[in-house]
Amino acid sequence: MKTILTLAAMRIRITLRNKTFLFFSLVMPMAIFFLYSGVLAKGKPEAVRYWMGPILSFTVMGTFWGLSMQLVTWREQGILRRFRLAPIAGSSMIMSSILANYLLILPTVVFELLLARFIYHVTSFGNLISVFVLVILGITAFGAMGLVVASVTNTAQETQIINQLLWFALIFLSGATVPLAVLPHMVQRIGLFLPATYFVYGLQRAMLADAHLYSLGTVVVSLIAWAALASFLSSQLFRWEPEAKLPRNAKLWAVATILPFVLLGIWENHNGKLLATAAYMMEGRPAENAPPADKR
Amino acid sequence: MTNPVLQVENLVKRYGEVEAVRGVSFSVEEGEVFGLLGPNGAGKTSTIEVLEGLRVADGGRATVCGLDPQRNPNELKNEIGATLQATSLPDKLRVSEAIRLFAGFYKRTRNTDELLKRFGLAEKRHSFYNQLSGGQKQRLALAMALVNDPRVLFLDEPTAGLDPQVRREIYTIIEELKREKKTIVLTTHYIEEAEKLCDRVAIIDHGKLIASGTPRELKQRSGDTTRLEVRLAKPAATEALRQLEGVADALEVDGAYVLHCQRTAPAIVALVKYLEAQGNELVSLEIATPTLEDVFIELTGRRLRD
Repeated sequence: MKTILTLAAMRIRITLRNKTFLFFSLVMPMAIFFLYSGVLAKGKPEAVRYWMGPILSFTVMGTFWGLSMQLVTWREQGILRRFRLAPIAGSSMIMSSILANYLLILPTVVFELLLARFIYHVTSFGNLISVFVLVILGITAFGAMGLVVASVTNTAQETQIINQLLWFALIFLSGATVPLAVLPHMVQRIGLFLPATYFVYGLQRAMLADAHLYSLGTVVVSLIAWAALASFLSSQLFRWEPEAKLPRNAKLWAVATILPFVLLGIWENHNGKLLATAAYMMEGRPAENAPPADKR
Repeated sequence: MTNPVLQVENLVKRYGEVEAVRGVSFSVEEGEVFGLLGPNGAGKTSTIEVLEGLRVADGGRATVCGLDPQRNPNELKNEIGATLQATSLPDKLRVSEAIRLFAGFYKRTRNTDELLKRFGLAEKRHSFYNQLSGGQKQRLALAMALVNDPRVLFLDEPTAGLDPQVRREIYTIIEELKREKKTIVLTTHYIEEAEKLCDRVAIIDHGKLIASGTPRELKQRSGDTTRLEVRLAKPAATEALRQLEGVADALEVDGAYVLHCQRTAPAIVALVKYLEAQGNELVSLEIATPTLEDVFIELTGRRLRD
């Protein structure tokens, strides 16, 4: 545990000295916050409350960029080899990534909630326990997804390309940028296969309809399954050296992490309740008009 | 050998089809400075990295401080210190942070401030890693390798790529560690380094250990001979050169002829006469006492250079 804490502290320190990271993890979320709250929600408290789900999703989903790129670069530059000479397990490196992600992202999430409260006078954020549980699960899940990509790719450039593709899918097809309800029907159906969609939806349900964790059961269980699977895989696939061979079926395993959401997507595409609720939440602003979570 | 702290038996390391280490065996005593000398690609780094637990051997057996590098990697890493051929750290890590960070990973640690002072880095303690010169980076790598007060220190090409002045600084540090009776295993392709620093040297070529012993013992293999290195205007038959008076052996190496002479003066006279008779000319002539390079040339017919 001491090793994980030592590594996490060092990684946070180095990350905070990295201007690119600061831009993407601090400046970007703030820009998104003010764009959504000030322009899209026109500063109206209830509208800001509606957009807080997508805003927080943006911040949390950004974790999948941050420390995974750091690991790939370190591996490429031979920095990880030096760490390997010390008594450090690969899993400690992975755990330090996830821990550092929490410590870097959670303050931003809290800061965004405080800004909404004090600048835009949002008086309620729904069920805050659900919000924080989802945020914590999201940081683990999206962070671990980034670590899986970092493990199966060989260069920082390759990681960047794959991360960009995933990032665009996550933000544009999930309701994080354009509300799910107004996306074309075909895109909505594709969006139902993305973990980000459930994450944005879960946060909005928690914030707008005071949804308890048990009423967000499907979202919570699938995020837990995904976080666990992605964390396990990232520690199994972790490589200290660029030339270290990946297990032959590693890329297949990486694809397997999306399995919970393939199943969920098929189920939701048949069931269709998520899309209906998302539409109601958007049309039914203020949030009090959204259907109670337990009567979905 | 009374107290071997490191034992290697028949070590094999392959990379796909390529066999980088082909049955290497040696042992190192406590307090000894042991050098693996060989050209680039000889298998020195692969050997040392198996011993550090960075690579898995494909055959043979190795123990360091009585520990198997594969079975007890964490226990082993607490007992050893190492510098890599190319040590790299995050650019934005400060010198003092780097050494404290690594001290935090071990059960047993030395005072990091003292180490920085000893390695001439006290004034650079607040500098970022990417602000250090090559020599300062290597001194930091050495300081970090000592942070857990290791029983065995592995130095992989500790002076490669450094300018002569910095190289001498690193030699001074290693000599100090030698005086402290630290067990050191170092790889090098510099003859001077092996002769100056090592108690014993193993010469490695093409993955095989071809000779080992103290530098003096190895040089005695060449006999008490003087080395004449000559360049000629036209090629000459090495067999004929070998027959000259006072010449013990002759080899052609990279277009030059290396003659090992038991009696130098008669050999030079005989050589000049022979060349005159052949209508050949002497372009250059160098006289030197034998070095480990001569041992290497004798064993492989090649020079020990990049």
